[in-house]
Amino acid sequence: MSAGVAEKTQKTIGGIRRKFAPWKDPSAVPLIRFQNVTKRFGDFIAIENLSLDIYEREFFALLGPSGCGKTTLMRMLAGFEEPNEGRITLAGEDLVGTPPYRRPVNMMFQSYALFPHMSVWDNIAFGLRQDGMEKGAVAARVEEMLKLVKLGQFAKRKPHQLSGGQRQRVALARSLAKRPKVLLLDEPLGALDKKLREETQFELMDIQMELGMTFLIVTHDQEEAMTVADRIAVMNHGKLVQVDQPAVIYEHPNSRYVADFVGDVNILDATVVSVEPGLVTVRPVAAPDMLFRIAQDCPAKVGDSVAIALRPEKLRVELDPPADASVNCLSGEIWDIGYLGDLSIYHVELPGGSRVKAAKPNLTRMVERPISWDDKVYVSFSPDAGVVLTS
Amino acid sequence: MTGKARGRWLVVAIPYLWLLALFLIPFLIVFKISLSQDAIAQPPYTPVFDLAAGWAAFRESLGELSIDNYGYVLSWDNEFIEAYGSSLWIAGISTVLLLLVGYPIAYAMARAPKSIRPTLLMLVILPFWTSFLIRVYAWMGILSPEGLLNQLLIALGIISPDAPLQILATDTAVYIGIVYSYLPFMILPLYSALEKMDETLLEAAADLGCPPLAAFWKITWPLSLPGVFAGCLLCFIPAVGEFVIPDLLGGSDTLMIGKVLWTEFSVNRSWTVSSAVAVLLLLVLVVPIVFYQNVQQRQLEGR
Repeated sequence: MSAGVAEKTQKTIGGIRRKFAPWKDPSAVPLIRFQNVTKRFGDFIAIENLSLDIYEREFFALLGPSGCGKTTLMRMLAGFEEPNEGRITLAGEDLVGTPPYRRPVNMMFQSYALFPHMSVWDNIAFGLRQDGMEKGAVAARVEEMLKLVKLGQFAKRKPHQLSGGQRQRVALARSLAKRPKVLLLDEPLGALDKKLREETQFELMDIQMELGMTFLIVTHDQEEAMTVADRIAVMNHGKLVQVDQPAVIYEHPNSRYVADFVGDVNILDATVVSVEPGLVTVRPVAAPDMLFRIAQDCPAKVGDSVAIALRPEKLRVELDPPADASVNCLSGEIWDIGYLGDLSIYHVELPGGSRVKAAKPNLTRMVERPISWDDKVYVSFSPDAGVVLTS
Repeated sequence: MTGKARGRWLVVAIPYLWLLALFLIPFLIVFKISLSQDAIAQPPYTPVFDLAAGWAAFRESLGELSIDNYGYVLSWDNEFIEAYGSSLWIAGISTVLLLLVGYPIAYAMARAPKSIRPTLLMLVILPFWTSFLIRVYAWMGILSPEGLLNQLLIALGIISPDAPLQILATDTAVYIGIVYSYLPFMILPLYSALEKMDETLLEAAADLGCPPLAAFWKITWPLSLPGVFAGCLLCFIPAVGEFVIPDLLGGSDTLMIGKVLWTEFSVNRSWTVSSAVAVLLLLVLVVPIVFYQNVQQRQLEGR
């Protein structure tokens, strides 16, 4: 895909997306509802009393480490697993007990699961023929799908004659061909290299907008989830930890787990010193003579142990002390520097021995940067940079 | 030649030398005998090539070779052609029966939990640990009029003691014997084809609206075809030339080329005609063998 198309895609999606928030509308009716769903495999509880609403036209991501239950949740929607307890409804219809071949959802498999003995064309036509669609309509739909995923000239090839990226597109076209109410994507881009993956993410968003379908994606890649999804559900041990828009998940994580799992973060233990409306003052354990002021409403009480989450890009690293070095400032020595080209990551060792990471964009073309190994530096941040986490 | 090249040459040469010494040369000897005439002598045919007698004598011997034996075998007046046809028919029916019995077993094995699959494979191979001949004799004990099967059916009151089932010495007994003896050769290639099939493909088919039975015919069956071909040919080819099973379980009217060959060789003492029968049998089987090679080749190139 060319850069121009990607840009256009982003703009159109951005315009519509900014206003799209049915989960905030109390009158909106969810398309998919998981209600108190529990799934056990023997003694192992894969999903524990989970409830989740997903709305029509939403691009919804299930994010979590392997074994957190995200794939099980998706497979229950597809019908490959049945819940032990609870209800799963799609457009008001209870799905529990309906076999997979009668559910109006389609899935794109992680392994693609293309039929190796069929051509690309026959793979895409498989579901349509299964529905007894008449020949001309099948041909028209397959051609349309081939065009959508730009594989027109590969229609007669067998899957083993295609590259990984092309197979991924065939799998996508096959799962979209029946125009399912919901498309399930199980780690759809996991097998692609980084560049192709990033391109394909935008393509997926484009296709989702164009077809006006509901997409549910399972991924362990937090960048991927943040890029494509309207909302993300972060999962751990069969439970939802936080469900919200990507920016909320990133900027206002509700727990150490979410802060740590999504993006890079410094988590510092601290004790609450004072709580006022919109402002919390804490004393970090790693620097007991310093105070952090965080602009946030917080349910914590004075004396509580809390965690402060600080994203590396929100920290300033300087050789000279900031104007007010009495609050929101740590001093230490550069322990290591990770040069990434666009950014440099400075690992600063505090006097107590703990370390914080700070990212600094490399704004000028200097090979020798002023901050070097073992330099004494000041790490500071503004009151709205940090988050107080009570769990 | 460098050491490495010599090593490579050796690796390639060994199987060819093996085939040359143990297949091609014996075949040429049989072929030569098939072109000779019967004689009351030791060995019982003429001419006998005698390299010590010199070049002229060798050329004279060559002149004595003829294709008369083939004319004899292929003549409608004798029962050879009928025996070939009957052998192909019995082998064909047996192969279909083997497929019908073997496929469900192989399928169940391939879908069994991974931990018990080696045990199941072992059970399939286990009968090989007993002599083939003894196992066929055991079937005589089961199928004979006073045998275990009839005793059981009489005890259950299904048939009357006066009219036991006459299975032994019929073609049915031959089918039972062949299906029983060759079953592992059908199951193993089917199992290997079914076992490597990705089960996600069936989930994908179900996801696209395909109920389980339709998914079997559209996905599982076509993907198992290489195993089906391999299993069928592995059973069909040796079954055509089968001798022991029709001899022990079949009746006097069970006509199979292996039995005919045996009679020709040991009763009629005609090495020449039996050699001609053997060479023609090989020609009959070359067609399925070449077909089998082709399928294997395509399978290798496919992936």
